[in-house]
Amino acid sequence: MSIEKSPVSVGKTDTANTTGKAHAPVDAPAAAGDATVAIDPRLLVREQGFAGYIGEFKRKMRAGDLGATPVVIGLIVICAIFQSLNSAFLGAENLNNIFVAMVATGMMSVGIIFVLLLGEIDLSVGSVSGVSAAITAVLSVTHGVNEWLAVLAALAAGAVIGALHGFFFARIGAPAFAVTLAGLLFWNGFMLQVLGSNGTINIDGEGVVGKLTTYYFSDIAAAYGLAVVAVAGYFLSAFLGNRRREAAGIPSRPLSEIVLRTALLAIAAFAVAIMFNQYKGLPLAVLLFAIVLVATDFLLRRTSYGRKILALGGSVEASRRAGINVTAVRISVFAIAGLFASVGGLFWASKIAAANQSAGAGDLLMNVIAAAVIGGTSLFGGRGRTWNALLGVLVITSIQYGLALQGIATPIQYMITGGVLLATVVIDSVTRKTQKSAGRA
Amino acid sequence: MSATPVLALRGVSKRFGAVQALTDVELEVHAGEVVALVGDNGAGKSTLVKTIAGVHPIDEGVIEWNGSAVAVNKPHDAQNLGIATVYQDLALCDNIDVVGNLFLGREIKRRGVLDEVEMERRARELLDTLSIRIPSVRIPIASLSGGQRQVVAIARSMLGEPRLVILDEPTAALGVEQTAQVLDLVERLRERGHAVILISHNMADVKAVADKVAVLRLGRNNGVFDVRTTSQEEIISAITGATENAVTRRAARTNAEAQK
Ligand SMILES: Nc1ncnc2c1ncn2[C@@H]1O[C@H](COP(=O)(O)OP(=O)(O)OP(=O)(O)O)[C@@H](O)[C@H]1O
Ligand SMILES: [Mg+2]
Repeated sequence: MSIEKSPVSVGKTDTANTTGKAHAPVDAPAAAGDATVAIDPRLLVREQGFAGYIGEFKRKMRAGDLGATPVVIGLIVICAIFQSLNSAFLGAENLNNIFVAMVATGMMSVGIIFVLLLGEIDLSVGSVSGVSAAITAVLSVTHGVNEWLAVLAALAAGAVIGALHGFFFARIGAPAFAVTLAGLLFWNGFMLQVLGSNGTINIDGEGVVGKLTTYYFSDIAAAYGLAVVAVAGYFLSAFLGNRRREAAGIPSRPLSEIVLRTALLAIAAFAVAIMFNQYKGLPLAVLLFAIVLVATDFLLRRTSYGRKILALGGSVEASRRAGINVTAVRISVFAIAGLFASVGGLFWASKIAAANQSAGAGDLLMNVIAAAVIGGTSLFGGRGRTWNALLGVLVITSIQYGLALQGIATPIQYMITGGVLLATVVIDSVTRKTQKSAGRA
Repeated sequence: MSATPVLALRGVSKRFGAVQALTDVELEVHAGEVVALVGDNGAGKSTLVKTIAGVHPIDEGVIEWNGSAVAVNKPHDAQNLGIATVYQDLALCDNIDVVGNLFLGREIKRRGVLDEVEMERRARELLDTLSIRIPSVRIPIASLSGGQRQVVAIARSMLGEPRLVILDEPTAALGVEQTAQVLDLVERLRERGHAVILISHNMADVKAVADKVAVLRLGRNNGVFDVRTTSQEEIISAITGATENAVTRRAARTNAEAQK
């Protein structure tokens, strides 16, 4: 009799046979012998060269890996509609205003993308942005503190508030949704308290905060210079990265693909630069936003800290077992969201030249989250880039300005923005389904 | 074989609420030795693995590393000692690609920045030596089959020269050829002087590569056997806790049928 039930006993021939069961199936010697890495014929090996690039792009589209394509198309459609309604829409002044106005929401959106990557949500960013504006105004205007110090205090306060939310979530284990909902109420009250009875504090238009949205580098070299730096920087990093990959003998992109991507970037960058130079030049706000986007993208994709955030969005347990300090990463992510909320609050205060009681209220929070999601950040965690904030906030601000040009009132604006958000999450959910069936979810 | 075991568990106990998952468990693993840990479903094998790996800190008892007591309270502690673990539930991040998962928690950096090129090169090298077929090392884990994921998890444990490798049912989802490769790998680890704990329900695999078989039953030790001198029946009766059990009954039945 035998207890060997396995249909084929596998393993090393010699040892497996020491079981000595005469009628036990003998193991297949083919197992180990010719097991050199044969290429599986089913593998989708990418063709070399440009044809391969196009082929992969098509395959990705069909597999539901749409990336930024829907938003870019959406943006083009929005621009076309508003331009046909009013030719001032694509005029230099209006576009410039859109770019400057979007920075406040955009900065906050960058922060919320960090939280969304964890698969969590921060509902307090609107209120925290109001606190930041109030702290700066009260310190610098009412108490005459140096404005730089006041700004630093506001930024630090934002980060500490975020870390506090993170502490209750990560350490105590309360749901982030509830903690930050409490934060939304608490910090809104705190801001009203700080502002005091008079309610509105006007800020110095020539001060640090005032200049955030009003300063322009009027020399045309600034906008063009930034475009050149961006394009050259992109090309060099892609090109040199590719060279290293080739040297290491691992698959690299064809040069034609890099050139194509660089060309597309160059067209966009110079178009925007020309537009700025037709108005007042490169806005300081846009420069700062660009720096933040590049820096945060680098942080998320090129550092081990960023990798930890993505890992937590994928699987908390796997991250913990890989030795990642889950609590510390979570707290730091909420601190980042708080920091960017207060950065956004400063830009907001700069735009309206005051810290007032309605700061951080209204549709701000919803726009911040909507921008992240419209830009392509998944609400389920683990998928998204901070560049999503740029695309999303461009869509939302374009709609706002386009409708304002038509003299269409706020209620309609809300309804349209809501519709766009719904369309985005529908696209997101549908692509997730396609991705599942294509094995990529 | 060295006199002091690389890892020794002395009277380890672990409770989950009302469930006493482990009671006074003893286990010794020496360098260059493969210890198979066997037991029925729910016997506490995976729990034991997780206590060693720092996922579930022990309630009572002592973990000794090279003869001296150590505290293993979090996964990092175990990694620092040189313990690499392949979990039964694999513990991979679906949204991150194969390279990223292999190096998760110990990324290679170049001037403070992730060195994707070097990581990809090493990942390919490693996967090649394990003769693993994966469509691309740059696709997310979510796109891989169960067996491919398992192989990635195993490859992950091979990075960074561990002193002790723990494999919790590493061949459960693997095909014939991949299973043979994993068994080869276990033998290679032993030849290189690593200690290995192998959990498996497949007696043929256990017999093929293990030196010792430690049986766990209902969260307690139920004997440690030398593979060469112990018959499969003895091990199975230790696992089930009776000489007369479902396995022997079934074997007798099939034997009787065969004789007809
Ligand atoms: N996180 C947990 N919380 C509560 N109980 C648990 C937990 N993990 C395991 N247990 C319990 O501990 C006991 C041992 O489980 P364990 O996973 O170690 O079994 P196992 O020997 O690995 O079984 P299998 O062969 O099915 O993998 C079971 O009764 C299980 O219900
Ligand atoms: Mg188990």
